[in-house]
Amino acid sequence: MWTWFYRLASPPHVYRTAAALAPWFLALAAGMIGYGLIDGLVFAPPDYQQGDAFRIIYVHAPSAWLSLFAYTTMAVAGAIALIWRIKVGFAVAAAAAPIGASFTLAALVTGSLWGRPMWGTYWAWDPRLTSELILLFLYFGVISLRKAFEDPARGDRAAALLGVVGVINVPIVHFSVTWWNSLHQGATVAKFGKPTMPGSMLWPLLAMLLGYMCFFGGVLCMRVRGEVLERERQAAWVREAVGS
Amino acid sequence: MHIWGANGTGKTTLLRVVCGLLRPEEGRVAWSGQSIDGVRTEYQAALAYVSHEPALKANLTALENLRYSVGLKRRVRDAELRATLEHSGVGACADLPARVLSAGQRRRVAMARVLAMRALLWLLDEPFTNLDAAGSALLLRMLEEHTGQGGLALVVAHRTLDLQRPIRRMELSA
Amino acid sequence: MNVGAWRAMRLILQRELCLGFRRPDQLLQPLMFFLIVTTLFPLALSPQLSLLRDMAPGILWVAALLSSLLSLETLFKVDADDGTLEQLALSAQPLYVIVIAKTMAHWLVSGVALVVMSPLVATALAIPVHAFATMMASLALGTLTLSWLGSIGAGLTVGLRRGGVLLSLIVLPLAMPMLIFGASATDRAIGGENPAGALYFLAALCVFTSSLAPLAASAALRITLE
Repeated sequence: MWTWFYRLASPPHVYRTAAALAPWFLALAAGMIGYGLIDGLVFAPPDYQQGDAFRIIYVHAPSAWLSLFAYTTMAVAGAIALIWRIKVGFAVAAAAAPIGASFTLAALVTGSLWGRPMWGTYWAWDPRLTSELILLFLYFGVISLRKAFEDPARGDRAAALLGVVGVINVPIVHFSVTWWNSLHQGATVAKFGKPTMPGSMLWPLLAMLLGYMCFFGGVLCMRVRGEVLERERQAAWVREAVGS
Repeated sequence: MHIWGANGTGKTTLLRVVCGLLRPEEGRVAWSGQSIDGVRTEYQAALAYVSHEPALKANLTALENLRYSVGLKRRVRDAELRATLEHSGVGACADLPARVLSAGQRRRVAMARVLAMRALLWLLDEPFTNLDAAGSALLLRMLEEHTGQGGLALVVAHRTLDLQRPIRRMELSA
Repeated sequence: MNVGAWRAMRLILQRELCLGFRRPDQLLQPLMFFLIVTTLFPLALSPQLSLLRDMAPGILWVAALLSSLLSLETLFKVDADDGTLEQLALSAQPLYVIVIAKTMAHWLVSGVALVVMSPLVATALAIPVHAFATMMASLALGTLTLSWLGSIGAGLTVGLRRGGVLLSLIVLPLAMPMLIFGASATDRAIGGENPAGALYFLAALCVFTSSLAPLAASAALRITLE
């Protein structure tokens, strides 16, 4: 049974599977984001407190969620690669890192733009914003660490370990609004119990969330293929797949 | 066993893999029939590794260097360490910091460390570097005694080893 | 005949302290850095005591963090450079024993020294005497946590040539929660409030880091040694 799993995780298989999956992910992403944006920006009713300014949630919340999801993916892939020596995990971790960092940056920027009308300031040192900023620094650290090694294999392992160490920050970001008094609003969707948002606002948000995840999936597939090629460039199957 | 070959053929790498410092990409290293990953502590207790560099702390005396490295593997008194240093010809250097010792003296201190560890398996990477004729002769005598008492030694060396007993030789080529 | 973990730890601790005190100038450098950095703030911002008092916990903590980072770089690097790290890795002792002993030695030499010097610096920053106990307790816990976090960073960056800055980049984000609570505890003590909550949290952070960091640092060392 394990041999089946190892075959599944072998670089050529991952390379081919990612190529097959990517267009599906991206098509789904386009559809969901398209629907989400139209429904959220045009059709959803304005918030009774914030008016139309709340609509930035349709870009901000999925970015933030994906920043956490991407980090977790990176950490899990790195952990699998370190513990069970499945090398393709390093490729996945390397591929996910810049995507996650971009989502984090997007979350911080869109959040900052939202903060101005809502709190009167572009930035506040509250727990959630600070821990999200720390997440950005962690991403940067992982990416820099990987690049700092001359031996790419060692760089992969070191970066994977750092990713695992930093994953402690992910629950901190998520639960920061419940554990501390925070300016930031509490969790509306990803919490235990019923979501506290009305349906007309919620559905586009969920669609955007799923769309972002599909987008992440599609881009991850594309980047994983590149990372796998780079790591396996000496192998025969690469010459066959690319050379001809 | 005498391992030899041209530069860059992986002799040091081989030694490091046998040590357990490097993980082999294929195959495994076994000690008494078991993979060294499982019996790491016993394996390390039974081996002594001398790398290309003598691996001494410059600011510690020869005696202190031995005390803090051999002392981690077995309980040993300073008196015994001094005697071992004497046996290696560097007894007078026991209380001198390693940075004032010559390269040959440092090499002798490293050999004293190997002796003091009372290891079954010696892994020596180019141990004859910097040793004068007397030092080389001493090292060969040590190897004789060690193998005579049932010890193993893997020696990477460019020069030939003249020992009384038969030696297995392995040549590595690129 | 085998050497137990406690005895090995004591031996390595002895070795580290021996080495440290043979180069007293290297021990003093981070302390001088601590003093100098603390001096920079009143010079750059304002020498007004009332203002300094407000910012004092932050200044103290940032200076402590930065000076601890300086000495962290050499935690494993010196041994790696002269080949003795390999010998330690082959010493029949588990790597975490070595990591714990070296990190504790580092804390004893740098962290404790900072704590001892902190009243001096605190007076210069107009921190009232009644806050000293909390300040020193929080600094002790904080520098210990930082030593542990730093051991992970040091383990990861041992083989790198320009590892110093990267070490800081790795360690500082991880150290930010500790900074928040440490400064908060001192702040409360200055204001006369009860700092117990923040101190307990700091202690919890310290315990959490102490239990997991040695494992992470040994894993990092194993990666570097390969």
